[in-house]
Amino acid sequence: MTALSFTLKSPLRQRLDVSPLVPDLLLGKAPKEIAALDLQYGNRRIAAAELFDIEGDDAESVRISGSPKLDFAGRGMARGSLIIEGDAGAYAGMHMKGGYLCVSGSTGLYAACELKGGIVEICGNAGDLLGSALPGNKKGMSEGIVIVRGDAGDRVGDHMRRGSILIEGNAGMYLGARMTAGTIAVRGRVGACAGYAMRRGTLLLYGSPVAIGATFNDCGLHTLGFLPLLLKGYQGLNTCFSDPQARRLRVRRLAGDLSVQGKGEILLVA
Amino acid sequence: MIINGVHIDETFAEAFPMRATRVIITAQNHKWAHHAAQAMTGFATSVIACGCEAGIERELDPAETPDGRPGVAVLLFAMGGKGLAKQLETRAGQCVLTSPTSALFAGLDEGEQIPLGKNLRYFGDGFQISKRIAGKRYWRVPVMDGEFLCEETTGMIKAVGGGNFLILAESQPQALAACEAAIEAMRRIPNVIMPFPGGVVRSGSKVGSKYKTLPASTNDAFCPTLKGQTRTELSPEIESVMEIVIDGLSDADIARAMRAGIEAACGLGAANGIRRISAGNYGGKLGPFLFHLREIMG
Repeated sequence: MTALSFTLKSPLRQRLDVSPLVPDLLLGKAPKEIAALDLQYGNRRIAAAELFDIEGDDAESVRISGSPKLDFAGRGMARGSLIIEGDAGAYAGMHMKGGYLCVSGSTGLYAACELKGGIVEICGNAGDLLGSALPGNKKGMSEGIVIVRGDAGDRVGDHMRRGSILIEGNAGMYLGARMTAGTIAVRGRVGACAGYAMRRGTLLLYGSPVAIGATFNDCGLHTLGFLPLLLKGYQGLNTCFSDPQARRLRVRRLAGDLSVQGKGEILLVA
Repeated sequence: MIINGVHIDETFAEAFPMRATRVIITAQNHKWAHHAAQAMTGFATSVIACGCEAGIERELDPAETPDGRPGVAVLLFAMGGKGLAKQLETRAGQCVLTSPTSALFAGLDEGEQIPLGKNLRYFGDGFQISKRIAGKRYWRVPVMDGEFLCEETTGMIKAVGGGNFLILAESQPQALAACEAAIEAMRRIPNVIMPFPGGVVRSGSKVGSKYKTLPASTNDAFCPTLKGQTRTELSPEIESVMEIVIDGLSDADIARAMRAGIEAACGLGAANGIRRISAGNYGGKLGPFLFHLREIMG
């Protein structure tokens, strides 16, 4: 069996909602049914076969050729794997419950927003509000793991509740703002206002942030026993955070945000 | 049946169902992991008066522990789930939480989940932090040497307690030497503990007593100094009897351990004063698990 592949016939002129193209919804469908799937393309509905050349038969493993206009990739998926070959638009991995979503390029806004499980891997950069709550909602990502090989935009993990976001590049402003819990690790630099109004949760920062808010208090340098365990939990994932050599960390612990509950922490790797 | 001059009695050990759990204690080094484990398993020889039976199962290499530090595996047994949960919590709180550099993890994933750090976390007085790692929940409790890391729950399964055998020898030192050899061999068997001091118990008991308040009393039939006073099970040359009690996660584990222990004791043989191997039973009325010595050694 070969992966079920959707290759764009021509570059997209409008935004395209590819949320029906996930293993959960494709499994058990005949090739004709898949070809006739109704997709939202701009302000009209269009059959999948009009936009894509469709090949392969393994609906557990789906591949879609990428475009910055490809929205909602992997939305709500709970099983199997979905590979976007190239960029994805907004809302990639939104409400995903399980399985594996990989974007070989970059993603737009709200990637992995309100993620409930599974693994999201973004090989390029991620836009703003990665793993956050949708506008008006108060629960961001609540489970799962997000790996970003490049940089991430502003407000990563806004209202994040649980799970891990691992950013191998830099992150923008308001990292982990209003976090309820969970872990965000950043290998590169981070912008201003990291941890703004975070109630609980952990920001693990390898490069010093631009400025730490006045509402974070220094608790000193420590070797924390849970960190090796946490990083061991990423074993088997293709990320620098799972490197066994990097597990014995010495960190400066900053408790905050004390303007709210104050049970969160920024751990600065020494 | 005779092995190396040692007579194996045609009898059986009688064991009963228990509930068991395993926890893993890690620390900066094995020395401190053992300190915590020894304290946790102290005064846990018999459920008759201790609340639980507990012991160190084995030492763990850093590669075998969740946090990559040296550790030990501890097994705890009790007659019921409630009692086991209570003993586990009390002992973890008083002996592991207090022990420098220690961390405490579940040693069993299967079975009913009972609290490990679930309630101990309140020691953190509101400063405790929860972390969910690879599907498991942990608690980080701030303590004076850093943080006490403890997994939320551990598994509890049905198990077997009270497996045993008796070593009958011509002298006290010879009986003890045989027991030591047996225990050394049995400690290599996984899933079992020998909960008495050094793994050996000299006070084998019978059910009941002439004193109404006592549920158990000395096993006079195997007391060498009472040979002339009671209906003895001992021949004239037997001067000392010692027992090894085994708790295991399954009856097969106990049988394996008994075989290893009896083999080691018989290894010393009649030449070293070891004369008989017997077992403690109550005529099959105590529990459903019967370990026939000759079957095990067959």
